[in-house]
Amino acid sequence: MMPQQLTVLSPTAILGYGFPLSSFKRAMAMSPDVISVDAGSVDPGPFYLGSGKSFTDRAAVKRDLWHMLDAGIKASIPVIVGSSGGSGAKAHVDWTLDIVQELLVELDISIKIGVISADIDKSTVISAIKGNKVTPLAGLGPLTAADVEASTAIVAQMGVEPFIEALEAGCQLILAGRAYDPAVFAALPIKLGFDAGLAIHMGKILECAAIAAEPGSGADCVVGIIDQQGFTLVPCSDDRLFTVDSVAAHTLYEKSNPYLLPGPGGYLDLTDVCFRPLDNGRVRVSGSRFVTDDIYRVKLEGAYLQGYRTVSIAGIRDPIMIKQIDSIIETIKDKMSVRMKEDNIDGFIEFHVYGNNGVMGKQEPVTQSQAHELGIVIEVVADEQSVADSICSLTRSTLLHFGYPNRIATAGNLAFPFSPSDFSAGAVYAFSMYHLIDMGDERLFNIEVIG
Amino acid sequence: MKKTLTELAKVIRSKNCSPFELTLDIIFTDRNDYEKVKETQQFNKEVIARLYSIKVDEVKSIIYFSPAKAIKIVLNRTQPSGCKGDKDVYGAQQHAPLLNLFINL
Repeated sequence: MMPQQLTVLSPTAILGYGFPLSSFKRAMAMSPDVISVDAGSVDPGPFYLGSGKSFTDRAAVKRDLWHMLDAGIKASIPVIVGSSGGSGAKAHVDWTLDIVQELLVELDISIKIGVISADIDKSTVISAIKGNKVTPLAGLGPLTAADVEASTAIVAQMGVEPFIEALEAGCQLILAGRAYDPAVFAALPIKLGFDAGLAIHMGKILECAAIAAEPGSGADCVVGIIDQQGFTLVPCSDDRLFTVDSVAAHTLYEKSNPYLLPGPGGYLDLTDVCFRPLDNGRVRVSGSRFVTDDIYRVKLEGAYLQGYRTVSIAGIRDPIMIKQIDSIIETIKDKMSVRMKEDNIDGFIEFHVYGNNGVMGKQEPVTQSQAHELGIVIEVVADEQSVADSICSLTRSTLLHFGYPNRIATAGNLAFPFSPSDFSAGAVYAFSMYHLIDMGDERLFNIEVIG
Repeated sequence: MKKTLTELAKVIRSKNCSPFELTLDIIFTDRNDYEKVKETQQFNKEVIARLYSIKVDEVKSIIYFSPAKAIKIVLNRTQPSGCKGDKDVYGAQQHAPLLNLFINL
């Protein structure tokens, strides 16, 4: 039978961002039915998906998981992790599983773990392209077989269905690859018959934990309690409250349209949403609806290697030079392009000039910098690290000794804070896809039960 | 009466809403100010295009979200997040052109 209400604990915005133990204890005293956490994001950029590395720290992830697993096992409730290891490809899930196995030895327990993969085979994507089952998002062009072939990792964002299956299999811990952020929070409520619109909207808020509270924090616990009519958001610390304003504002966060929020298999319609203040810093939400699409689509994410990067960091204090920085940089770019042609080498050079337009580039509305000093980062990307190193070195030395017009400081143009001045920064990745794929009858997300 | 957006809003922020798109959020302090701006449609694609030195059709959408007294704008990113040459991986520091925009109340 369906329970009257269900309590979901979200300990932190991203697994590894941490939470105060006092908040966690208070949250556990509310007798949650599940502890769920989102471990991932595309925010830190394509490097992590492409390279298989985590953007969170191993020790920090282990610490968070230790408390979650310990409490979950004692309370006999499931612990669910989505987008394991940050990007949720096989390397990231394996990294998280390795931490879990280390923890289980330390805790001297064994549990049933459901591992859900989100990696998508290149052949699956290519045949979907051929069958017109791939749709571009966000102003991108159509996906090509070449984009797919170039990718070093491809994942898709799973919905609640694989989580429900793993819960039905009796898994005490679920480690999933790339997942739609709300899915880890919405899975148990939807499994037990609660409304999908309410469950997913609650998940949308819980996935950022206390970021939706006031003052916001990415490192504090919050609880969501869902029932038939709506859900209630409950803070777990005296430091912050949920307010109608903070929850409504969060509904905008990182979204392109706050009324219609697409996800796997449908979209959340918030046209009739109602936020109502309750006592003790709680907020009541109702009116959220889920609209099922005719075709079940999920989002693909992929990354490819663009080359290898070398950077050089320096400061400029000379006012005569600062005044003409734009034309000086153009001249250096021209000189480097001639030199690279002569030497038959190829590389990408970008100057990030802080104090001028280092943050906004061509969109910077301030055309004449008022800064008395500039910070400059020379970025070079080439097919090989050694080539990037060479081009960066040459660009740096050319700029250092360039005789710009009216120069009176003839000893050198750059103040280097470090020796060495140049840093080999390794592989550079770019996103290769952000498209929807029609799943059809294909099973994209496989569950392996361990223990 | 003319006021800058900084005087009228409690939140003015930018952030990626995908690796290829940037969203700008303006959350007003006072509901009357929000309603007035909404009514007069002072936030239009031309204004945003001018502030960000882009073409009008590169401003993807401007949405008024009344539950939060907010306006949301979506632009194409100048380049995808985190690729070579990108200057703001999270897109979190692209809001400054909005700060001194004058609003007629």
